[in-house]
Amino acid sequence: MSRIAACMEQLKAQGKKALVPYFVSGDPSIDITVPLMHAMVESGADILEIGVPFSDPAAEGPVIQLAHERALENDVSLSDTLDLIKTFRQKDNTTPIVLMGYCNPVEIMGYENFAKLASAAGVDGLLTVDLPPEEAGDFTEILRQHNMDNIFLIAPTTTTQRIKLIAAQASGYLYYVSLKGVTGAGNLDFKHVGERVALIKSITDVPICVGFGIKDPESAKQIAQFAEGAVVGSALVDRMASAKSADEAIAATTPFLQSLRQAIDS
Amino acid sequence: MSELEDSVDFANFPDKSGHFGVYGGRFVSETLVSALDDLTEAYQRLSQDTEFQRELDDDLAHYVGRPSPLYFAERWTHKIGGAKIYLKREDLNHTGAHKINNTVGQALLAKAMGKTRIIAETGAGQHGVATATVAARLGLECVVFMGEVDVKRQALNVYRMKLLGARVVSVTSGSKTLKDAMNEAMRDWVTHVDDTFYIIGTCAGPHPYPMLVRDFQSIIGREARQQCLAQTGRLPDALIACVGGGSNAIGLFHPFLKDESVAMYGVEAAGLGLDTKDHAAPICKGKPGVLHGNRTYLMSDENGQILHTHSVSAGLDYPGVGPEHSWLADLGRVNYVAAEDEESLAAFRELTLVEGIMPALESSHALAYARKHATTMDKNDILIVNLSGRGDKDIHTVANIDGISIT
Repeated sequence: MSRIAACMEQLKAQGKKALVPYFVSGDPSIDITVPLMHAMVESGADILEIGVPFSDPAAEGPVIQLAHERALENDVSLSDTLDLIKTFRQKDNTTPIVLMGYCNPVEIMGYENFAKLASAAGVDGLLTVDLPPEEAGDFTEILRQHNMDNIFLIAPTTTTQRIKLIAAQASGYLYYVSLKGVTGAGNLDFKHVGERVALIKSITDVPICVGFGIKDPESAKQIAQFAEGAVVGSALVDRMASAKSADEAIAATTPFLQSLRQAIDS
Repeated sequence: MSELEDSVDFANFPDKSGHFGVYGGRFVSETLVSALDDLTEAYQRLSQDTEFQRELDDDLAHYVGRPSPLYFAERWTHKIGGAKIYLKREDLNHTGAHKINNTVGQALLAKAMGKTRIIAETGAGQHGVATATVAARLGLECVVFMGEVDVKRQALNVYRMKLLGARVVSVTSGSKTLKDAMNEAMRDWVTHVDDTFYIIGTCAGPHPYPMLVRDFQSIIGREARQQCLAQTGRLPDALIACVGGGSNAIGLFHPFLKDESVAMYGVEAAGLGLDTKDHAAPICKGKPGVLHGNRTYLMSDENGQILHTHSVSAGLDYPGVGPEHSWLADLGRVNYVAAEDEESLAAFRELTLVEGIMPALESSHALAYARKHATTMDKNDILIVNLSGRGDKDIHTVANIDGISIT
């Protein structure tokens, strides 16, 4: 069983929901990434979504755009990110790791090559923002052969017919984009998100994590009422943006993550 | 002419999923898929609709001022001493470039789809001006995204857009040029997807944009083909057009693709030289990748990061190219070459002095290559160059290079 599936099953058995923090590898500096990942797990994170730095992050709001720019100033690439995960795995062999990024770095590395290297590094899933199922082709199958899940997005605008098409290829979890917009935008309409998640659940048993716009304990708690997990990105990245050391980054994010954990569990 | 090409029916591409061979497609975040489906469906319906076509033809004739002339540049031809050079005068269109052919068409689509807000990206500002123009005419709200670097070097066009009632958003992320303007337009679209129509200015982006921009721009090649037959009694021997995203080039080339005797040259921006890092020539020097919704030749590094580009002309300063060009390059149907800043500036000056026609710096790249290529052709051969825009917008840039400050 994959780490993601094992994690989701365990949470379900405990009646708990997943807390999924997101930040960009190498932001704000490369030596912060691995200690921060461990600290996040300590603070109650169940799955880690690690952003792969990209020069043109077209789905991101201003906070995460700047994170990508800082990581690129530190010269952090996809292969550096895999190295960081390899290091993380020396001490933690259970927490699922999902890479979130854009198509071109994977395309240039080569799909088969990426699957091989990422699997060896200890990656469990890949969420490629600009690779919908129609373009993913046999890449989903290649990932599966390397024990990785292709994590697909479902949006507020996705038709029921497409939800079926996406769900048929999905494994690990489905990422529901809670609003029309970029990461870190606006305020959520929880009633609408709840209705959409219910619709997706009527179609598939694949767990659903919700992201985009979850910024505080209250919104995380609301989401955890109906989804299997809550993804928190911009609110976290913003808190650690000016950290000069791993200790500073951990100090800047730990209380916030703990408050999210408490809210989700309450 | 390769064997592969003999079996290709160019009219059948892109395929239903928007691919030109391995290129094109729809590499976008999930939120935009339904909007692209709606646009594809509306375009398919309206392109068969005689009333829509009549309205488009009417706008092209009476608002844009088509057909644009095919002009024999006799003095320039004699000066160069090679093939007869004809200029397709897209610079004479309303707003001064070929861009309006596409914005008029997409604006009619926006209106038919009930959208109330128009957004666009722009590099040189020609597409922004052409979009602001059609938005003004239809009374639609218009927001144009433009890289901060381009806002500075194309100040005249920024002010033109403002006079036309558009809001110009200066984009400060990334390299602050056209590619970043396109990212920001995508971000806006994903946020306002219900009421907003995104008018993409070049034959790139997710399907159906490369197809519909090509279709709207193909009026250039259809006219040129008829005009050449009428004026000379035969087809041209060669076509030359500059390629940034490549909309003016695909517009000229597409109606000739099946004419095997017509050679075609797409001219990319070689900037300071193809052997330097400072150019914008993805087909000549890049490799296939994925950006802005499509797979195409790109300038990206070994880690897949998109590289900064350079060209003296803002409209060519883009790391990608329309996917159909990538496909035509691989098929060998079109030859992709490049012209440097210096030779393009020389062509700008020469055409202005010899013919009294001041070309855009983008079009000057096509002229620079034409100048060299014409001498390799027979004196009775016919060469058509797409003069895609006029050079008024570039006077500041050229004056700066001459060390003259115009306030």
